[in-house]
Amino acid sequence: MIVFTPRNKISKNWIFLAPILSIFLTVILGGFIFTFLGYNPGETLYHIFISPFTRIDRISDVFVKACPLIIIGTGLIFCFKANVWNIGAEGQFIIGALLAGSFGLLFPEMDTKFLLMIMLFIGFLGGALWAFIPAILKTKLNVNEILVSLMLVYVAMLLIDFVVRGPLRDPMSFGFPLTKAYPEGALINKIPIPGIGFLGQLHYGVMSIFILVPIAWVIINKTLLGFQIKVLGSAPKATSFAGFKEKRITIIVLLLSGGLAGIAGVIEVSANMGQLQPEISFGYGFTAIIVVFLGRLNPIGIILAGIIIATVKLGADNAQMAIGIPKVVTGLFEGILLFFLLTGETLQKYQIAWKKYGS
Amino acid sequence: MDALILTIIATSIPLLLAASGELIAEKSGVLNLGVEGMMLSGAVGAFGAVLWLGNPYFGIIAGAISGILMASVFSIFTINLMTNQVATGLGLTIFATGFSGLAGAPLVGKTIPYLPKIEIYLLSDIPLIGNIFFKQDLLAYISILLIILITIFLNSTKPGIVLRAVGDNHNNAHSIGYPIKKIRWLATCFGGMCAGLGGAYIPLILTPHWSEGMTSGRGWIAIALVVFASWIPWRIIVGALLFGGITIAQFVGQTRGWPIPSQILSMMPYIATIIALTMISGRFSKNKSIVPASLGKPFVDVT
Amino acid sequence: MKKILILISIIIVGVLAYLFNENKTVTKVSSDISTSTKVGFVYLTTPGDHGWTYAHELGKQQVENHFGKKVITTVVENVPEGPDAIRVIRELAQQGNEIIFTTSFGYMEPTLKVAKEFPNVKFEHMTGYKRTPNLATGNIRFYEGRYVQGVVAGLMTKTNKIGYIGAYPISEVIMGINAFAQGLKSVNDKASISVVWANTWYDPVKEADAAKVHIAEGADILAQHTDSPAVLQIAEKNKIFGFGQSTDMSAFAPKAQLFASVNNWGPYYIEKIEALRNGQWNTGEAPDHWTGNKWGGFSTEMLQLSEFKNMPDEVVKKAEEVMNEIKSGKLKIFAGPLIDNNGKEILPAGKVMDDGGLWGMNYYLQGVDGKIPG
Repeated sequence: MIVFTPRNKISKNWIFLAPILSIFLTVILGGFIFTFLGYNPGETLYHIFISPFTRIDRISDVFVKACPLIIIGTGLIFCFKANVWNIGAEGQFIIGALLAGSFGLLFPEMDTKFLLMIMLFIGFLGGALWAFIPAILKTKLNVNEILVSLMLVYVAMLLIDFVVRGPLRDPMSFGFPLTKAYPEGALINKIPIPGIGFLGQLHYGVMSIFILVPIAWVIINKTLLGFQIKVLGSAPKATSFAGFKEKRITIIVLLLSGGLAGIAGVIEVSANMGQLQPEISFGYGFTAIIVVFLGRLNPIGIILAGIIIATVKLGADNAQMAIGIPKVVTGLFEGILLFFLLTGETLQKYQIAWKKYGS
Repeated sequence: MDALILTIIATSIPLLLAASGELIAEKSGVLNLGVEGMMLSGAVGAFGAVLWLGNPYFGIIAGAISGILMASVFSIFTINLMTNQVATGLGLTIFATGFSGLAGAPLVGKTIPYLPKIEIYLLSDIPLIGNIFFKQDLLAYISILLIILITIFLNSTKPGIVLRAVGDNHNNAHSIGYPIKKIRWLATCFGGMCAGLGGAYIPLILTPHWSEGMTSGRGWIAIALVVFASWIPWRIIVGALLFGGITIAQFVGQTRGWPIPSQILSMMPYIATIIALTMISGRFSKNKSIVPASLGKPFVDVT
Repeated sequence: MKKILILISIIIVGVLAYLFNENKTVTKVSSDISTSTKVGFVYLTTPGDHGWTYAHELGKQQVENHFGKKVITTVVENVPEGPDAIRVIRELAQQGNEIIFTTSFGYMEPTLKVAKEFPNVKFEHMTGYKRTPNLATGNIRFYEGRYVQGVVAGLMTKTNKIGYIGAYPISEVIMGINAFAQGLKSVNDKASISVVWANTWYDPVKEADAAKVHIAEGADILAQHTDSPAVLQIAEKNKIFGFGQSTDMSAFAPKAQLFASVNNWGPYYIEKIEALRNGQWNTGEAPDHWTGNKWGGFSTEMLQLSEFKNMPDEVVKKAEEVMNEIKSGKLKIFAGPLIDNNGKEILPAGKVMDDGGLWGMNYYLQGVDGKIPG
């Protein structure tokens, strides 16, 4: 039988090899599936993996798509490193956007260049507030945070649905569930490129990746807090010896991840929608969990993982436009890619050996 | 009135079935977030089988097998290859949604006969009760039977106690010599079977057609139900009826002009779940060992 | 270890080279047919929904049959109503589609944004109300079919209770309920409509639950403004009647479907593509027109009724008569006096409500029970 034994040191080769191997295996298996279904495998795979990089505006759209995933994922690193399983980022994203958006819509006299800053701050607070519920329940009453945060996702979804269809609905929208458009100061503009104009939907919000991710990297690797988070995650008993409070760290990581999800929500709505609608998240909070695992809980890895996931999503649309391959097929393919990428992580941590039964 | 009760029961059974399976999986320490995907596979498998073979009872078998197959995929990755359960479960839902949509594409626009009701001799003639309890379809009886069997299994049989031991502390259980991986495989596949049956119930009983994503998030509610029930089987029945009852109450309330926004009403089950979870996990509870301690943690066989 | 790495790299390079090679042949093929008109479609779900999107798919097929090789259609399905929609619509425009149909209300802002960036591409947004010189809107007068449904329901009901299942309380749905009530009232002043909101466009189990509640409360005719065939299947099971939504659903409920209001987008698509090919494309009627540059019903064939079944001949005759009167313009559905269900006069006798009034409906007319939530 096959046995796995932990590697003493994570192999440098495998860090790069594992994801490459995973993608390679997915390509082969996917190729067979596409052939079986009567599509040209080379063409299909080209559209899924390569076509999103064949035009500069498509590349920028990959970043736009990856932006919320990477921001949410960056927050989740703190949680997952500390062995705190926040899977409710979807809800924190929604609440952040909802509170910030409500502020922008209810106080139009605040429409200055500071409005967006205020909204980002409110978004952070809103997301953190939503994450504070599982945080306080876990630390005070030892309630499982996985399940509480998941339940709160549904509460958040229903809450925004209620607000957009009820109190904040634009009276001029013929009953359609849309709020008024955000005031000018609440919007995030697209980035003008000299000589070209705009590149797809590329907006200033994408820049935040390059601010937030390095900050996260520094916190994790260079600060006491980062050290404490890692200790809590790897050896929870050691935390009390080391003289810091496990509960305090648990609350901090949940607030941080909730807050970042909230910020991601504000950016997404202000840059791409410009008003609130019943659905604003489309599963970003859940997809970000996958991104974090693919990125091996590493801020830089998460950028790459976010880009891979965004690429496949965009590529799936491109494949459909070019050769009419239905979304369900690319969904299947996405699932396989995830399975292999996750397996890659195992190969990174463990050595495989063949062993006879009973030995 | 009994028509409304029957409606509540019918809408609860898919949740009841899927949640009972997830309960066993979670008791063994496996958190499978792919219930939605397994339900969809069960639904498409059941629908396809009935369309192809004609007899609705084949739908039950096909639904169960489809669920088991999807659970096997999950098991290979999480148990043998030790991938993260949360991420793999989310991946399974993506995979199975795609798979069921693909497999179901030729089935769109067709319809199948209903799974027949089985009337239990004499008992079904009792007024009110007879209609509700003894004039149901086979899957409804199975769902109740499953809860009874699971209760007995977990509390009074040796394999049941072993299963709980594995879920509570896999390292201890391993050192005593229990085959952790085998037990988790079986528990996960049982969960898949039940989820498949829950999914199958939708085209077999509720709305005999197939369309993509027709479970509309019921798999996630099933996961919530397990928590709501605090891993105690009979409480799943209460929870499922509560979820079903609230849906129906929303509609009845609308026809009769009750003034509560439906979204607020829809939130209640989720908030109730959080409260239930708090009550059992926290200092209000004397029994601290309800939540399987190894839930969601991969077992590494260090040999 | 190093050898494996090198080997794998070589294989990957090989595969990539093969892939790129594949692609060249593709571009060659597409350049040969660049003389045709390229038409893009954006769908909210898949045609497998057998409702809303399926109706658009049928429209697209009519386009293909009508124009043959003169058009090249491209479809993107399952596009969420957010930033993905902006990207997909822009991509379609960039790939040289000359006219792009976006087929759900939620694409309104995304279509508007992209339309501003591509002034030379024509955009057609279905069921929205915002327009620019290169963004037209089209819609169907769904409510005309619902008036006929009301007439048939009024003649067929025995309990005088009609169960109506709506998706969300938006003007379009409320307008349909009120049209149904007008039809109902014209033949049966004892019957009333009870409305339940499913708060979803598509969730078969939930729609079925709503239908069962209506039946338990005594309804013997079901009407729906949600997308799945579940409601009709429940009607079939309980041996009562209902109406199909968006497409003919008689396959799901052969004994229960009285008829279906069929959304026939084909003629509109064909008309607009034809206009584009002739250089005549424009946004049509006056820009202050309420819902669309084109809002067509029976008279334009954009709304059709499937075969009348499961009803006595005299009801069929009446239904056909009413349909023809609406078609010819003889029958005005919302003609005064209109009184809401609280007794307040909405429109005095002798007047006919204009389209703006229809889109402003936030009340139930007489014949509908309860009040609109929110």
